[in-house]
Amino acid sequence: MNDTVSVVVNGEPRAVGRGVTLLDLLRTLELDPRSVVVEHNRRIVRRPVLGEVHVGAGDAIELVHFVGGG
Amino acid sequence: MATALALVKDAPFTIGGRTFGSRLMVGTGKYRDAETMVQAIEASGAEIVTMAVRRVNLGASQQDGILQYLDPKRYFLLANTAGCFTPDEAVRYARLGREAGFNEFVKLEVIGDQETLLPDVAGLLRATQTLVREGFKVLAYTNEDLVAALQLEAAGVVAVMPLASPIGSGLGLLNPYSVRLIKRRLRVPVVVDAGVGTASDACVTMEQGVDGILMNTALAAARDPATMAHAMRLAVEAGRAAFLAGRMPRREGAVPSSPLGGMLD
Repeated sequence: MNDTVSVVVNGEPRAVGRGVTLLDLLRTLELDPRSVVVEHNRRIVRRPVLGEVHVGAGDAIELVHFVGGG
Repeated sequence: MATALALVKDAPFTIGGRTFGSRLMVGTGKYRDAETMVQAIEASGAEIVTMAVRRVNLGASQQDGILQYLDPKRYFLLANTAGCFTPDEAVRYARLGREAGFNEFVKLEVIGDQETLLPDVAGLLRATQTLVREGFKVLAYTNEDLVAALQLEAAGVVAVMPLASPIGSGLGLLNPYSVRLIKRRLRVPVVVDAGVGTASDACVTMEQGVDGILMNTALAAARDPATMAHAMRLAVEAGRAAFLAGRMPRREGAVPSSPLGGMLD
């Protein structure tokens, strides 16, 4: 049985565990939830509910933060 | 400096209900390293600093995020939508910036041309309308075009940001007449954004009576960014004070400064 699903994170395909939450994904990527903003299928998911939103096959996830700009 | 400033009777610099002590706003892009950026921003005296929203680099061992260098309690973070070419894209970036930046202010850019980075004013207006409905406080980067500026004001922006010259060009204030006209006709603050290259450009720009200046490349691309930031701080203050003081009229001929009488035979 295949325990992973394929999602797209920041434009790159990636296999994640079936049923993981966005918070799990951030932990796997060693990202501090306080330092990134998560967009899940074009909807922003706020920090307090990252642990409640599950990732499904084919989902598009964007992880962004502030960088230098004018 | 404190003594000189105390003489200047100036109104507070308020944008979208928030008052700031410095009329100079600075960007955070293109510095050779973070330490140089921090030194320059400190030397500039700016309170408002702009930044861009980008993907986290998932392959990096060390993160490239900027908030590790700039204390959000000390600086007012202004997210931009740089790099966006459509209103939808700009709205998306503005929403992400609001989540990342703790406030509802956004420096809205909708770029219309890759080569010149000049704004797409129709797209800018559409994105403004959407964002204002969503409660954003929009500072709109636009051309030095009065009609566009009036339309943006009517759409509810908290500040209009006409360019001095194209982004990163350092060409200085190319159209002082139009910028003065915009300032004269608008009620919302006018902050010149982009094109200032050196301190004299900043001074001349402030002498037009605008409320402030936003710059990035002029500092980041200077040989010594912190020293240029210091110069810009002085230039913005000097230009503002000169505007408030009201300059002497220009004359084609000479008028002596010393008495004509009392000369020796």
